Order: sequence, then C-alpha cells, then structure tokens
Amino acid sequence: MSAATAVALKNVARRFVTPGGDVLSALENFDLTVAPGEFCAIVGPTGCGKSTTLGLVSGLAQPQGGTVTLFDAPVTGVDRRVGFVFQQDAVFPWRDVLGNVMAGPLFRGVPRAKAEAEARDWIARVGLTGFEQHHPHQLSGGMRKRVALAQTFINKPEVLLMDEPFSALDVQTRELMQEELLSLWTQSGAAVLFVTHDLDEAILLADRVAVLTTRPARVKSVHTIDLPRPRNIATLRYDERFVAIARRLSDDLRDEVLRARREATA
Amino acid sequence: MTDATAPLATEGRIESLAERQRRRWRMIIALRLIVFVLFVGGWELGVRAGWLDSFFFGQPSAIVDKLIDWIRNGTSIGPLWKQVWVTIYEAGAGFVIGSVLGVLCGITLGRNQLLSDVFSIYIKIANSIPRIVMGSIFIVALGLGSPSKIALAVVMVFFVVFGNAFQGVREADKNLIANARILGASDWQVTRAVILPSALSWILASLHVSFGFALIGAIVGEFLGAREGMGLLIASAQGSFDSNGVFAAMIVIAVVALCAEWILTTIEKRLLTWRPEVSAAGE
Repeated sequence: MSAATAVALKNVARRFVTPGGDVLSALENFDLTVAPGEFCAIVGPTGCGKSTTLGLVSGLAQPQGGTVTLFDAPVTGVDRRVGFVFQQDAVFPWRDVLGNVMAGPLFRGVPRAKAEAEARDWIARVGLTGFEQHHPHQLSGGMRKRVALAQTFINKPEVLLMDEPFSALDVQTRELMQEELLSLWTQSGAAVLFVTHDLDEAILLADRVAVLTTRPARVKSVHTIDLPRPRNIATLRYDERFVAIARRLSDDLRDEVLRARREATA
Repeated sequence: MTDATAPLATEGRIESLAERQRRRWRMIIALRLIVFVLFVGGWELGVRAGWLDSFFFGQPSAIVDKLIDWIRNGTSIGPLWKQVWVTIYEAGAGFVIGSVLGVLCGITLGRNQLLSDVFSIYIKIANSIPRIVMGSIFIVALGLGSPSKIALAVVMVFFVVFGNAFQGVREADKNLIANARILGASDWQVTRAVILPSALSWILASLHVSFGFALIGAIVGEFLGAREGMGLLIASAQGSFDSNGVFAAMIVIAVVALCAEWILTTIEKRLLTWRPEVSAAGE
C-alpha cells in the first residue's frame, strides 16, 4: 500500500442542530490518523462524539469543517473499502445467516453462486457452520456478532470501523469475540478504528489508543500500546505491562471525566 | 400464566400440565357454544313468546329458511352466488388496486422527504373527508356497474394501506439502512432489501383491516345504486321490510369476510416466517 495513512481526520468539525434550534458541536479541531494495517482504538467520556468520527470516515455523514481522507483521497460518500460493525444488531432479521453474510457481495454485483460460496467460507471461519439457515432471532447475541463480523469481512475491507461492537455481550463472550476479531484482523491486514468505552478492551486490542476530550471532542492524547503480538486476551489482562498501561490511560481519562463534571456543575 | 411458571419438576407434572391445557381448551369451546345457544335461542324464544317483534328484529329460524330459499331458488334479484361473486369481485379488485397504490405511494413518500413534505397536507385533507361520500360521485361518474364500486373500495383501502406503509418505511431501523449502505447497497437495493421487509409487517397489519373496508366500499356502493350485488340485495330486502333478508345477507357477507381474513392470515404467516414466534409462545 503506497498511501501513508489509511484514515486521516484533519481539523475536522461536526455540528448538529438540536430540535430546539441550538447548534451542538460534537467535534471541533479533531485530528487523528490511522496507518494502513494499524489497529487504533478511540476512548472517551460517554456522549463525547466517539461514534461521530466513525460516521464521518464511513461517508454516512459529512463534516462541517476540515478534511476526512481515506488513503489520501477525500471521503465523498460510502466507500467500498470500508467495513462497519455497529453497536446494535444490524444484521437483517428477515434473512438467514447465509443470506446475511452474502448480502455484501450481492449488493456489489457478485454472481449469486460465487457470493454463496464465499459466504459459506466466511460462515465456517467465524464458526457458524450448521447455522446457515437460522434466522438472527434464533441465535445468541455472540452468534449474531459473528454473523456481523462475517458480513463485514467478506467484503475484504481495507478500513474497518467498529462502534462498541461487543458492548452488549457478556464478559466471557466478549473475550472470545475479541480474540476472534484479532485473528480475523491479523489475516485481513485492514486498518481498524475501534470505538469503545471500555479502556481494557482498547488496550488489549489496539496498537494505539486515542483519548478524547469531552464535547466538543478533540484528541486529548494518543498512547502507543507496545504489547507484543499475537496477544492472548485471557492472560494479557494480568500482565504487569498491561496493568501499567491501563493505570496510565485510566488516569488520563479520569482527568477528562472529572474536568467534564466540573464544567457541567459550574 | 401461572401454569407456565410453575416448576416443571417431573414428567408426570408436565403431562398433567398438558392435560390441564387441553381441558381448559375444551371448556372454552363449551362456553362459546353456550353463549351462542343462549343468544340465538333467546332471540328465537323471544320472538316466539311475542316479546320481540319478528317484523323488526327477524327470527333465527326464519333467517335460516331465507338462506336455504336463496340458495335453492335464488334471490329476488337473481341467483345468490351471482350476488356474492359480484361483491367479492368488486371488493377484491378494490382491495388489490388500493393496496398496491397505497404501498407504492407509501414507500415513495416515505423514502422521499421533499415529496412527503409537499403531499402530506393533501393526504391529511383527503383523509379527513368521509370517503364513503365519494361513492355518490363515483356512481355519477362511472355509472351503476362494477367500476364505481371498485373505485369506492380503492379509496377506502388506499389511505389505510398508505398510512401504514408510510409509517413502516419511517420506522425502518436506521442501523439496518446504514449497514446495507456500507455493505454496498444502492438506494434501490436499500429499498428492496431493508425498507420493504421492515415495512412488510406494518403493511400486512393494514391489509387485515382494509379488506373489511373494501367490503364496506363495495356494499355501500351497491347500496347507492347498482344492478347486482349483496348491497343491492340488502337494499331490496330493506325496501320490502324483510328484516330476515337483511340478516341473511349479513351472514353471507360475514362468511366472505372471515374467509378473506383466513387467507390473509395464512399469507402473513408465510411471509413473516423470520419473526420470532412471540404471539404463539405468549398464548
């Protein structure tokens, strides 16, 4: 890949008009870059505009100021190289697992037979063989997330956006899904922008963690996570290096949360 | 509900639970029969004892005689099956045309903010007019034949289906739409793969109501002026002070409506197999 950055947000501003007619600023002077193949996590106080950044990169929303680029080219709309895993279930409830996973290739004009073969391959890779004909409501939350991962990875995204994808899962399932994601990501070589409110999750998964300020959000600090890969999610948690990094980030984030509370009460 | 939450400790317990449910079901059927017998029997008895005037209120046995007479010898305006068929045809055609138009317009306006902003005011106005009054205009414009009844049925059905289709489109999950777009869907593919399926349960719900409306449209249209159909049959029974005839026609129409309801429910079940069986488990 010749581009220096997979994703770059430069001086970005995103504002909303509230129903009351006020202008609400979600992002101001927002700068962040993600290198090709890099796993970058975004953490920040709740409601600070973490998800807004993903909307801008995906092309589903446009910034009011600054530039958003993918591989050095400005984002003009939904880009084929982008994959998005949503916080809530976004699999199609009226399609079975196979139909859901092959949706992307079919939308993109891949012949049905080829799309189905690819989908079966991806269903096997996320461990859902035998569930091809099941509908989402017949699956557990973790299995639905697997469907969402297969649905996204089948399109071979070069940039993968994830919006608190595992926040609704129980702790054990979340850990399994995190490992699953790391192995899928390693094989794909995609750049990842991973939004989470779970600091541990950010550290366990990412190469770099960006801490955001409260609304309007800017990048407060970026921490490089130099934990070796491949990582073992289950044991890394108790590693001294992990604990040290977690303490450092946690202090950083707490400062921001406290500052936000002072401002809110002042 | 208390049965379902009771602990299912042993096999025998489960069996007795199933047995209890069966018994409850038999009891409900028996109670339904009792209600029917009390109502119809009371009516018949009331007429025979002279408490009710059969001239105004009819008489169950006479209604049954009337139905048999109609089936065997035909009605005053021609064979019964012909009248039933005409009404089914008018209501059915109005239902199909009205539903298709309603779904198309609902989805188009639901997907297009500008169109919906422009037209919403006119739809509200049109919806506030008592639509049955349109029947007189249709009979003047389209004559005494079927087209005027179909038109009235269309108008009756359209607004119900339109409203639901529009709402169904608006209620479509924003996440699913975003997901489809990211996965590579064009606008048309989003409509087909996300909007239509999610609006489908809304649309199907409206179809149940609107077949009834189509029947009303067809029958009132026939009432206002026609050469055949169940509405005319009722009108002519009314004209000859034949209350048994009115009740008999009502029964025939009820049977038609119940058949249509059954067909729609069957179609709905087939189309919505992907949904969790909430209602079935809850009953």
